[in-house]
Amino acid sequence: MAESALDNVATVHVEKKASKLAAFAKFRELGLLIFIILLCIFVQTRNSSFLTIGNLTDMITNTAILSILALGMMLVIITRGIDLSIGSTLALSGMIVAQTVSVYQGLHPIVAILIGIGIGLVCGVTIGFFVSKIGVLPIIATLAMMNIFRGLTFTVSNGQWVSSYQMPDSFVSIATSKILGINTLVFIAIVIYIIGFYFVNHTRTGRQIYAVGSNPESAKVSGINQTKILLMVYSIMGGLAGLSGVLWVAKFASAQGDTAAGYELTVIAACILGGVSIAGGSGKISGVILGAILLGILNNSLPLMNVSPFWQMAIQGSIILFAVILNALVKRGVERNNLLRRKI
Amino acid sequence: MEQRAVNQNNYVPRVLENKQAFSLKRFFFQWEWMLVLVFLLVMIINTNLSPYFLNAAGLRDATMVFLDKAFIVFPMVMIMILRDIDISVGSTVALSSVIMATLYNSLGIPMEAAIVICLLVGALCGFVNGILIVKFKELSAVIVTLGTMILYRGIAYVILENQASGNFPDWFSFFGWGKVAGVPFILVAFLVLALVFTLLLHKTTFGRQVYAMGNNTTASRFSGVQVNKIKVLVFTLAGLMAAVTAIFLASRMGSTRPNVATMYELDVIAMVALGGISTAGGKGKMIGAIIAVFIIGYLQYGLGLINIPSQMMLVIVGLLLLISVSIPKVNLGNKFASSKKK
Repeated sequence: MAESALDNVATVHVEKKASKLAAFAKFRELGLLIFIILLCIFVQTRNSSFLTIGNLTDMITNTAILSILALGMMLVIITRGIDLSIGSTLALSGMIVAQTVSVYQGLHPIVAILIGIGIGLVCGVTIGFFVSKIGVLPIIATLAMMNIFRGLTFTVSNGQWVSSYQMPDSFVSIATSKILGINTLVFIAIVIYIIGFYFVNHTRTGRQIYAVGSNPESAKVSGINQTKILLMVYSIMGGLAGLSGVLWVAKFASAQGDTAAGYELTVIAACILGGVSIAGGSGKISGVILGAILLGILNNSLPLMNVSPFWQMAIQGSIILFAVILNALVKRGVERNNLLRRKI
Repeated sequence: MEQRAVNQNNYVPRVLENKQAFSLKRFFFQWEWMLVLVFLLVMIINTNLSPYFLNAAGLRDATMVFLDKAFIVFPMVMIMILRDIDISVGSTVALSSVIMATLYNSLGIPMEAAIVICLLVGALCGFVNGILIVKFKELSAVIVTLGTMILYRGIAYVILENQASGNFPDWFSFFGWGKVAGVPFILVAFLVLALVFTLLLHKTTFGRQVYAMGNNTTASRFSGVQVNKIKVLVFTLAGLMAAVTAIFLASRMGSTRPNVATMYELDVIAMVALGGISTAGGKGKMIGAIIAVFIIGYLQYGLGLINIPSQMMLVIVGLLLLISVSIPKVNLGNKFASSKKK
């Protein structure tokens, strides 16, 4: 930290020029929105079936699960952590719930969803325990847990799939039914986002998450229970991953051992695109939604533009790197402008 | 770096008074000796579980299977001492081996040249990681290598598109299956590189500077350590050793695919953490990681003999990683921690 501050001072003395990139920080969400619109127009000119009602609803339904997970991941990243295990948590909860409903055909979908959330919570609390109580680095704890949960998924399923004909119609209809005219998946995502927005911006605990992320020491001095916050954040993440597992299995009507392998990277990409700083302490709900939508559009439009699916991963990787580097440059510009403004 | 001659002529030899006398108790009360005990324990348990385990030829040939990823352990020790992490090594293995196979099979480049290019590609991947981490100090190594992890494997998929590429010349299988005087070539290569890296970390200025940076980067920078150069060098080494792994892996399997070496980073990080290299940086010895390689390797070999499915292995390696990073943090590890600190 001290080093970068020194570097900044040096650059200020050499070139007393206000950074133009910094202006981007104020209009980040707007810029992202404009980019999304431009992308949509571009895709539309290449393939006219992009902006049709059918495709758009399909796309939004696909993005719903990603955006639910991105909300939880935002909270984790705000506390300077990272969670690589959510893909495996999702698979584990999806697999167990799918097996439960294939045995108890009459199970109400809401009970199935609650079971999924419960499994996810257990997974999340385990990670939270290691991160907050014992003090294991988040990346190492979740890397280990990712493999433990994935291995458990294979062990529970014995390598077998649970296919659509084994699941009752009431369960599969979670993904196809509508509440108030909106697809249930999208409805759940909207409800979660409304609760999340209130929680993060208007409750004491929500603000404490930001405090812990932006400066753990001063948060501790101010009497914030850091252990509790970290435990809570990872539990929320686990619960949301468990919920997404049920939704995922209902949507694709099959549960496999390798469900959502590597999906955590897409979720992290959505957060980073949405402007959540990996250094902790900053990130907005609006940004995360836009980030998730942008990735959803990309995933949807690449096949429409006849791009080979094998390009998808490389494109996603470049986007993540581009976004984090842009974030870093913007942050530098803001800091430089702040230094310039200060009269020494 | 220019030489600064300060008081070099009237150098007064000082006696380092706080250097402690050799203590047998402290010598044996180290993490590395505990690892030796764990290793023996693994051996004893495995011998009891399976009658086929304790067999010199079997134990010797098992090294061919688990040693390929162990080459990445050496630079990963240095990276973790620097308080960083590199989760892109598995993808680097995939990318460099895919490029090697494609060059040989599709473009008709001789295998020798393809191997050299494979090493260069690996080093380049590591170099890119290092440069990004050094140039953008705001970004942690976690996020940079996360991005390149997706990018490198993505490029591998773009090149080979879910196909396998093999048909290597016959002599190429020597890396994976060949023997030198009855000892697997991979074991010989591992031991030689282990010696080189141990000397590099413990007996050279470079190694001491790595430790210094792990303890306090700012202080090392002000003491004249070229912190950026060392960090880039260490990450480049990681890429290079990932390419070495790629060669051995492609040779053992006879072909390569874009999805090879997935989750190698977990195994490697588990070996390094088990070897007593603290995630807080600045601590740990190369020999610990080397013992840990054999512990995890023979554990997997023994469990494979009694038909434990490979998915269970994921759970076991994950648990080992969690336990080994947790022990120094809870009371149980205090004895080890304090004996090392003094």
